[in-house]
Amino acid sequence: MSKRIGMEIALAAAEAVALCRPEVIAAYPITPNTHIPEHLSDIVADGRLDAEFICVESEHTALSACCGASGAGARAFTATSSQGLAYMTEIVPIASAMRLPIVMIIGNRALSGPINIWNDQSDVMYQRDAGWISMFANNGQEVIDMAIQSFKIAEHRDVLLPVNLNLDGFQLTHVVEPMEMPDQAEVDSFLPSFKPLATLHPDKAVSMGTLGLPDIFNEAMEAKDEVLKNSRKVILDVWKEWKQKFGRTYEPIEACKMKGAEIAFLSMGSMGETAEVAVDELRKQGVPVGLLKLRLWRPFPFQELKKAVKGVKVLVVLDRAVSFGGPGGPAFSEVRSALYNEPDKPFVMNEIIGLGGRDVRVEDFVKIIEKAQKALKTKPKEDYEIYGVRGS
Amino acid sequence: MNIVENFDLYAPKLTDKKEYFSPGHRACQGCGEALAIRLMCKALGKDTIIVNATGCMEVVSTMYPTTAWELPWIHVAFPNSASVGAGVEAALKVLRRKGKIDDRDVKTVCIGGDGGTFDIGLQALSGTMERGHDLLYVCFDNEAYMNTGIQRSGATPFGASTTTNPAGSASIGKNQWKKNVAEIMVAHNVPYVATACPSYPVDFMNKVKKAREFKGPSFIHCMSVCPTGWRIPSAECIKMGRLAVESGVFPLYEVENGRYRFTYRPEPLRPVEQYIKKQGRFRHLTPETIESVQKRVILEYKKLVDRVDGLHSWDELELAD
Repeated sequence: MSKRIGMEIALAAAEAVALCRPEVIAAYPITPNTHIPEHLSDIVADGRLDAEFICVESEHTALSACCGASGAGARAFTATSSQGLAYMTEIVPIASAMRLPIVMIIGNRALSGPINIWNDQSDVMYQRDAGWISMFANNGQEVIDMAIQSFKIAEHRDVLLPVNLNLDGFQLTHVVEPMEMPDQAEVDSFLPSFKPLATLHPDKAVSMGTLGLPDIFNEAMEAKDEVLKNSRKVILDVWKEWKQKFGRTYEPIEACKMKGAEIAFLSMGSMGETAEVAVDELRKQGVPVGLLKLRLWRPFPFQELKKAVKGVKVLVVLDRAVSFGGPGGPAFSEVRSALYNEPDKPFVMNEIIGLGGRDVRVEDFVKIIEKAQKALKTKPKEDYEIYGVRGS
Repeated sequence: MNIVENFDLYAPKLTDKKEYFSPGHRACQGCGEALAIRLMCKALGKDTIIVNATGCMEVVSTMYPTTAWELPWIHVAFPNSASVGAGVEAALKVLRRKGKIDDRDVKTVCIGGDGGTFDIGLQALSGTMERGHDLLYVCFDNEAYMNTGIQRSGATPFGASTTTNPAGSASIGKNQWKKNVAEIMVAHNVPYVATACPSYPVDFMNKVKKAREFKGPSFIHCMSVCPTGWRIPSAECIKMGRLAVESGVFPLYEVENGRYRFTYRPEPLRPVEQYIKKQGRFRHLTPETIESVQKRVILEYKKLVDRVDGLHSWDELELAD
């Protein structure tokens, strides 16, 4: 039976990961994810989880050790943030190319510089094209649920890809929320033990991570793209099963108050919770506004996006990262590109907001709505704006 | 003492006939490293997992869809074979404990070149050694980044000309002494550290076998002559390894739980000139420079002799009441 708990979300994430019985955990301390591996090491030290906890000397080694462990057939987990993820960068696309179903929780934090330990999503956006399944949680309950789902998705025979689960640093990692924690029997019945396709063992010698010359490289990239796209079906199936077993619904894009919405926000991560409050307020004032929470970032949910924006006249994409010198925030440029060939599409505008821990308040959404309402009449020429820049 | 005399006579008794590193790989003619790996695998036997850093060996032995490896083998990237090995070792431990794999001793063996060990992989290596994983790391040192075309590394010897610090009218080539990676490993207090060279195959294989038996991390620094990068004829590979050892440039020793021992002590040493003069990478060195190299080689050798038999580390020491 699930238990109602009140707990810091990072600790709850660790508890949820422990329920998945990971066998090798390799992590290096970095704010704000640190409470996750800390608490996991507590759980291992208390004998509640039979796992090898490797206190590595760097994040590069954390992910490398996970690759070795996963290759040898163990369920492997790591967690990191910001510079730590950036330091892993070399290994990130290799883990997916080698089809190693590692699960990584990212406590999202701004990339330096200037050095800043607070939340935005520039860290994971830096890894956008690495070939991992990438998902965003909005609140503590989703962190617990999606952590458990991540292992099942990653290890599915039709997937065998690493998954990164994103939760906003501090805004989520350090917040205490009431949540439902499934029990061990429930998780065991949902998540069978990891049965790898091939492992490093002398009984059957295989070579993993071999050299690919130009004659096979296109094919290898095509295969990686295909498997990531096809993981969509497994993800949807896993979410369906989750709803049956635990009663909570997960969708690639969650629609809030979208009925009759002329203007819609699209957000990723915890900002969606604040946006929801703002949308409720604005609806009370008669503004036809709705909210789309993008949960599944990779594989990108094209079908769901196209369906969700039907009838919307202005879509305001909220990004927590900048693509410097580029077309706007990464979510914006992808959303706009996904809709480009649609005959009936909304005007897509971009607000880059909440960088490096800058607070995003309900009032900010109200201000953005005023701008969006103007855009309904005269479409602005600027592609994007970094919201709330002092002195501008 | 010549430890390879009558090798053909004794070899079948000394080593496994089974090949774990198959022929057909694309290593250069006379590659000391390919030979060393073949011997290492024979000494290790079937119950081994190889973790390879990016480098010549990974490139020449695993062009997809072919592989030269008859042992389970993994390659992830350049700087991290020690890290990947740590993950493999941890996985084997927990999977054995949980009864998911056979309860038998399978050794994780990480391999890397001098670039992957002395330079870009040093942090990963240090971390793995400090954490005490039960694995063997073998560095195949050919004294430069040979895979990318003979660039200078921390293992390149003083005076060698490479493609990134070439000799010229204003340069003697590399102007720094080689990093002593075996000593760095000794400083990690691991149970077993050794130097070796495939020109002394029995010595090398014995060290590999010995390292395999230690519980915990062990390290072998294997001098692997690279005819291509050293600018020597490929037939000279074995001879050059022997000259490196007999001149004292690369002494063969082992450090077992902190205690040093020469495994071959070729005194009196040959003049270092005999070693240097045969190699194209040292072609530009003047007699004066060679003389200074000779002095430093003797100094380093004597420091090692001190560690082997000149110190009192193992004497009883009385403590105050």
